[in-house]
Amino acid sequence: MTYFGVLVINGVSLGFIYGLIALGFVVIYKATEVVNFAQGSMLLLGAYIVARTHGDLGFAGAVLLGVAAGAAGALVIEFVLVRRPRHADPIALAILTIGVDIVLSTELTRRIGQDVLSFGDPWGNDTVDLGPFTVPQARMGAMAVSVGLVVLFFAAFKYTSWGVATRATAEDSEAAALMGIRRGRVSMVAWIVAGALATVAGVFLGTAPSPGLNNSSNLTALNAFPAAVVGGLDSTGGAVAGGVLIGVVQSLMDGYNDNLSFLGSPLGDVSAYAVMLVVLLWRPSGLFGTREVVRV
Amino acid sequence: MEPAPAASGAGSPLLAVSDLAVRYGRAVQALRGVTLAVPDGGIVAVLGNNGAGKSTLLRTISGTCRLSRAVIEAGSVTFAGRRLTGVDPGGVVTAGVVQVPEGRRIFGRLTVDENLRAGGIRQRDRTERARSRDRVFELFPLLADRRKQRAGLLSGGEQQMLAIGRALMAAPRLLLLDEPSLGLAPRIVGQIAEVIGEINRQGTSVLLVEQNAEMALELATYAYVLELGRVSLEGSVEELRRTDQVQRLYLGGVDPGNAGAAARRERPALRRWVANG
Repeated sequence: MTYFGVLVINGVSLGFIYGLIALGFVVIYKATEVVNFAQGSMLLLGAYIVARTHGDLGFAGAVLLGVAAGAAGALVIEFVLVRRPRHADPIALAILTIGVDIVLSTELTRRIGQDVLSFGDPWGNDTVDLGPFTVPQARMGAMAVSVGLVVLFFAAFKYTSWGVATRATAEDSEAAALMGIRRGRVSMVAWIVAGALATVAGVFLGTAPSPGLNNSSNLTALNAFPAAVVGGLDSTGGAVAGGVLIGVVQSLMDGYNDNLSFLGSPLGDVSAYAVMLVVLLWRPSGLFGTREVVRV
Repeated sequence: MEPAPAASGAGSPLLAVSDLAVRYGRAVQALRGVTLAVPDGGIVAVLGNNGAGKSTLLRTISGTCRLSRAVIEAGSVTFAGRRLTGVDPGGVVTAGVVQVPEGRRIFGRLTVDENLRAGGIRQRDRTERARSRDRVFELFPLLADRRKQRAGLLSGGEQQMLAIGRALMAAPRLLLLDEPSLGLAPRIVGQIAEVIGEINRQGTSVLLVEQNAEMALELATYAYVLELGRVSLEGSVEELRRTDQVQRLYLGGVDPGNAGAAARRERPALRRWVANG
C-alpha cells in the first residue's frame, strides 16, 4: 500500500510536469488553432541551455536564461511559420511544426550525443517523508513549482486582459478582431508562454530521480500530447487534469510492470497512448473539451 | 452633441466612403464603386438584400475584410479626415469606429462582464473604461443584473444588447451596426431600435445596415439602397419612403407613399417575413 501511495505521489508530480507542457499545447491551439508538435523540441532547447549554463550562471540564472531561450525559440517558430503565411490552413501549419520538431531535435540530440546532462541537482538527492510515504525531494519541488505555475497561469488566463483577449480570440477570432484585439499579439504571447512552460517542464523532467537531460527527453515530452488530447485540446483545465491522469497511470504501470509482464515492457512508455485511446473512445473530444470544436 | 442634419452634402462628413470597390478572390465582386457618407451625429441606414454587399461594406470600414480574403481594388474610406483603408481592425477601433457584427457574435463561453471587458480592451485608461461600463449598464440594466452569467445563456435579444454594449465599451464616435434586428421578435426589435436612438442622442453617430427597412427607416434620417454592390438609390428617409422601389422591395407594401407608422404597425408578421425573406 505504501508502494502504491509513493507511485501515485510520483505520478501526480510527473503529471503536473506533463500538465505544464500540455498547457502550452492548449494555449497555442486556442490562440491559433495550430497543434504545435514542436513542443518537445522547444522543451529540449530550453532545457539544453539550462543544462549547459547552470555551471556558470548558477541554477536560477540558468533557468531564467533557458526560459528566455525557450520562449524566444517559440517566438521564432511563431513568427516564421504561423504569422507570415496569413491564411495558411492550421492543419498545414501543424504539419510544418512536425518538420521544425525534427530539425530542432535532431540538432539538439546531436549536440547532446550520448551524454546525460545534469542540472546540478538543485534540490539535492534527499527524500521527504510524507506520512508513510517517502518521496524524492526533487519531485516535491517540481510538484510545488508546477502547481504554482499552473495556478499563476489560470489566474492570468481568467483575470488579465491577455486572458480575456485569448479566450475571446479562441471563441470567435473575427469578432475579437472587431473589438480591436490583435490576433498576432495573442498568438505571440501564446507561443512565448508555451515555450517558457516547456522549458520549466524540461528542467523538471531532467532532475532527480531522473538522471538528467538525455537525447530522448523530447520523446518523454511527447507524453504531454496525449495529456492535452485526453483533457480536451481546447481546455486549459483539461490539460492539467489529463497530465495528472497520464502521469499517475504511467507511474503505476512502471511500478507494477513486473506483475503485468504478460502485457510486455516497458508499459509506462505506451500507457499514455493507451489512456488516450480509451478516453477518446468514450469521449471523442476529451474529458473537458468542447464537444464539437467548430468555428462559425 | 446635437444631431446634425443628415444630408450627404452637409459640410465634411464624419465617415466618407468613396468609389469603394471590393472583391473576394477573382470571381466575386462584392462592391462596385460605393460612395456614401455619415454626418457627425447622424444615423444613416443602408438597405439591401442578401448578397447586396452590405456586410462587405462594413467589413471594409472596420478593416476586417482582409480576414475573409477580400481585396480593396479601388476607392477609400475616410473617418474624421483620416484614411481608414489599410488600417488594421485594432487601429480602426482606436480611431473611434466600432462594428457590431451580424448575428451578434458574442463570446458565449465568457461571462457578460468578460465580454464587456473584451470590448474595452483597447481602452487603456481605467476611469474611461469604468465610465463606458457605467454607460452600458445604464442603457442595458439587464446586463448589470447578469454580469457574472455566461453570455451564451442569454436570450437572443439580450445577446444583441450585449453585442451593442460590448461595442460601446470602446467609446466609439461611430457605431457600425450589421442587422441588429436579425432573428429577433418584433417587440425586441422595437427595444433595440429605441436603444440605438438613445445611443445616437448621447452623441454617437450610427451607420445601420438592415434588411428590416421598417426599423431602419424609422431610426435613420438618410438612407442608401445597395443592390449588387452598387448604390441604386439614396435620399432622405422621407424621399425614400415615397419611392416605389422601397415600397415594393422593403416595406412589403401596396401602401400609398404616405403610409403612417400606425398603419404599418398593423401587420408585423407579414412585414417581417418580407423584410427578412
